[in-house]
Amino acid sequence: MTLSTKSLSSGLLSRRTWLTAVAGLCLGFSTFTPAHAADDTIKVGILHSLSGTMAISETTLKDVMLMLIDEQNKKGGVLGRKLEAVVVDPASNWPLFAEKARELITKDKVSVVFGCWTSVSRKSVLPVFKELNSILFYPVQYEGEESERNVFYTGAAPNQQAIPAVDYLMKEEKVQRWVLAGTDYVYPRTTNKILEAYLKSRGVAQDDIMINYTPFSHSDWQTIVSDIKKFGSAGKKTAVVSTINGDANVPFYKELGNQGIKATDIPVVAFSVGEEELAGIDTKPLVGHLAAWNYFESIKTPANLAFIKEWHAFTKNPKRTTNDPMEAHYIGFNMWVKAVEKAKSFDPDKVIDALPGIKQANLTGGISEMLPNHHITKPVFIGEIQGDGQFNIVSPDDPTKAKLVPGDAWSDYLEGSKDLEADWVTLKCGNYNKVTKKCGGQAS
Amino acid sequence: MFFNSDNLRHVAGRIRRAGAILALSITMWSGCSGIGAHAGSFEDDVALFAARSFAESETAVTHLQVSGNPLAYPIISALKDGRLYAEEDSKKVFIKGPDGKIIDAANGQSVGALPDGAGVVRLNNRLRRTIDAALGSLTLLSPDVSVRVRAAQSVFKNHEESSLAPLDAALKNESNDAARKVLTAARAAVILFKADASEADKLDAITIIKARGDQDALALLSGLPGDMSPAVARAATAAMTSIKGNLALWSTVQNAWYGLSLGSVLLLAAIGLAITFGVMGVINMAHGEMVMVGAYTTFVVQETIRTSYPTAFDYSLLIAVPLAFVVAGAVGVLIECTIIRFLYGRPLETLLATWGLSLILQQAVRTIFGPNNREVGNPSWMSGAFDIGQITITYNRLWILCFALTVFIILLAMLRFTRLGLEMRAVTQNRRMAASMGIATSRVDALTFGLGSGIAGVAGVALSQIDNVSPNLGQSYIIDSFMVVVFGGVGNLWGTLIGAFTLGIANKFLEPVAGAVLGKIAILVLIILFIQKRPRGLFALKGRAVDA
Repeated sequence: MTLSTKSLSSGLLSRRTWLTAVAGLCLGFSTFTPAHAADDTIKVGILHSLSGTMAISETTLKDVMLMLIDEQNKKGGVLGRKLEAVVVDPASNWPLFAEKARELITKDKVSVVFGCWTSVSRKSVLPVFKELNSILFYPVQYEGEESERNVFYTGAAPNQQAIPAVDYLMKEEKVQRWVLAGTDYVYPRTTNKILEAYLKSRGVAQDDIMINYTPFSHSDWQTIVSDIKKFGSAGKKTAVVSTINGDANVPFYKELGNQGIKATDIPVVAFSVGEEELAGIDTKPLVGHLAAWNYFESIKTPANLAFIKEWHAFTKNPKRTTNDPMEAHYIGFNMWVKAVEKAKSFDPDKVIDALPGIKQANLTGGISEMLPNHHITKPVFIGEIQGDGQFNIVSPDDPTKAKLVPGDAWSDYLEGSKDLEADWVTLKCGNYNKVTKKCGGQAS
Repeated sequence: MFFNSDNLRHVAGRIRRAGAILALSITMWSGCSGIGAHAGSFEDDVALFAARSFAESETAVTHLQVSGNPLAYPIISALKDGRLYAEEDSKKVFIKGPDGKIIDAANGQSVGALPDGAGVVRLNNRLRRTIDAALGSLTLLSPDVSVRVRAAQSVFKNHEESSLAPLDAALKNESNDAARKVLTAARAAVILFKADASEADKLDAITIIKARGDQDALALLSGLPGDMSPAVARAATAAMTSIKGNLALWSTVQNAWYGLSLGSVLLLAAIGLAITFGVMGVINMAHGEMVMVGAYTTFVVQETIRTSYPTAFDYSLLIAVPLAFVVAGAVGVLIECTIIRFLYGRPLETLLATWGLSLILQQAVRTIFGPNNREVGNPSWMSGAFDIGQITITYNRLWILCFALTVFIILLAMLRFTRLGLEMRAVTQNRRMAASMGIATSRVDALTFGLGSGIAGVAGVALSQIDNVSPNLGQSYIIDSFMVVVFGGVGNLWGTLIGAFTLGIANKFLEPVAGAVLGKIAILVLIILFIQKRPRGLFALKGRAVDA
């Protein structure tokens, strides 16, 4: 455009400049209306923080989404149309998540969004997805107590991670005394509430449960670790169930190691510590501490090995680790592709209706299924930290034949919540109260 | 039981020792009824490791422990260190020596290389406990005192009846007083849990355990089964009450130590700010990022050492300290010359500019080093802990305390005794007068800011030892740093010192009562109240300079 005005104003209207002008004009128009040129591509929104506190976890998820989209395009796209990733950076700022989600849906016209990590960011975007009727795939383990029509939860609900981990400790380690340690925010608080109710239902006395909360990025763990030591010397086998959030884990584990608390004395089972988090610590003093996830990089299935190989090739870094939320995005993305193909449309309503019942092989040898409550079936693994920063699977005996557990949106161990049910296929409701037979129940 | 001693030369030292122990043990165990008479040969037991089941491995360990075979010790210790390999199909088990040589675990013969199908025998926590117990009774007679003490500690925790005979044998030969004490306590623990021990023996045992008086003793006593005779139960309860009273006293000392340690971290984080904010009056929100720069310098130094000079790893921090000072100091001088210089006397703009700068620095580090935590290792002299009485002191915290005090003293000396220090004080107290005396004030400003930043960088080296090295490292310290400086009194280094330790100790005494979250809030409330009363902090500067 600037070119054409310049040549016009110069007054030298030869045939040649005319042509250039017209060409420039066309060029200008085509950049103004990109939809025309890129008419064939379908846009996929990626809503993960690339700066701020959460960048440590979420950047990897952005990368894995780019890889999955790239791979799908090599296979010819979806319904004959290429996919195009639209990456935005909500900068670990919760209100900005809602703004960016709105931008993705209204301005970029994405068909689906993959994103969020913290529960508070998910809660922040919920109203936007409901209002604009779009689809969000949420890949992180969370506290449950939610089921929305527009959201598909591919991470673990508490019954797919926390409860099986506690069961393992009770059965294999004969633990009788419990420390529930967490960072002070919604996920640990709700999870610990569920765990406390569950432990009591299994006959654990109030005196044998110690609950402790710490602020975000807590770094001075001396007092708490020595409290745990004290609590653990009551003659009963003690374990720590940790919902401590990412950043604070490194100093926590360092302090455990320094104060000489070994996994054989007081094992720690963590729900937020994966391969990625261990990359920043010397794991030798931590050997034997546990983590519960639905995926571990060390599980040797052909699908997983291929995935890891591709990940290394895509990131051009043979040391990049894979982790649980990455697998959740892998499952979620492939489920979305299958649902679109089933619905033969990218229309959110049609895709939402098509998704329940879709099956997708996960990376650990099982077939995950999208359930009517918008959660998926997942295997549960307990891994012990090894000296090399990877996990040694101690439960189940053969990880490739693990039983799949259906995700439960509403915990069976909390008052109020246990009467609720989510079913978007027959009941068309995310919080149906089985007692009052009404949709719209609230958990207490 | 045939084995070729040549093949075992690489583990010879350990085996010979173990062999001697075992020769002794065999005679003792043959006296014990029934324990040695389990079914299955040694070879069958070893083959159990190839079953790839934790339960089978556990059976194998318990059988090997009492087999009396000299290979038992090398097999169990190889299992513990992840050097035991098994092939599922052929049921063959191999030991990989620390020097990489492979021997067949069933007969001790040397094998050229591991077969392809062989994998490491896996461990879980229950198996690890069984191994510790087995190694405990197998190493009670070790010539190394520290190994004997460790073995006795493990027997104390496991208090298995089968350990009694080796314990008695060990006690007979023990010449080291400390080891003797631990062995006696371990023996008492075994007696206490032995079903058929006499009441008098058990009462004696309780007295010995009470004398030990630590957490482990308390744990042991509270784990006593309920079917004890009334006299024993009463003695145990009394012993527990006494130990608890003793421990409560020690926990006060422990809290004070934790407070000092937290105070030293606060001091390190704040001391650079005491210069830039306290002395110069610049509200420097990018102070935390200087700490981060120091921590990343440590990472780079360690990474270089790891790849090029792995033997020098223990010196990495000593190399990192001056480098971090130079790097962070240089960044500081650059910031002063390009941004802060133009904003003197405009605190609000300085605040916004430095805050923006902190975001830029964070994102720059994120782009260069990636968003993930970087591993900064602890040199061997900074790992582990030692006990004084009933409290545990970790080496890293102790060194950081010493380091913080050293930095403080050096800084104080620099301000007082060097020409630059004199000029700095002159410029901050009365700029125009200093300028008229021929001091190049702008140069001094840059150097002062560089000094503050450099010290923040040095703090980063220390903090990298206890915290995450991530782009967010600095953010978590900025608030604490301002808190310390404001509380201690702006412009006074001694105030910063006293402020840091006061806040640290107060925090650590509040934390056990109120919890970490409420404790922190309580401290903030207390500071707000304090500042209401004394707006200039603990040590206020007096005189005309204040109003200038």
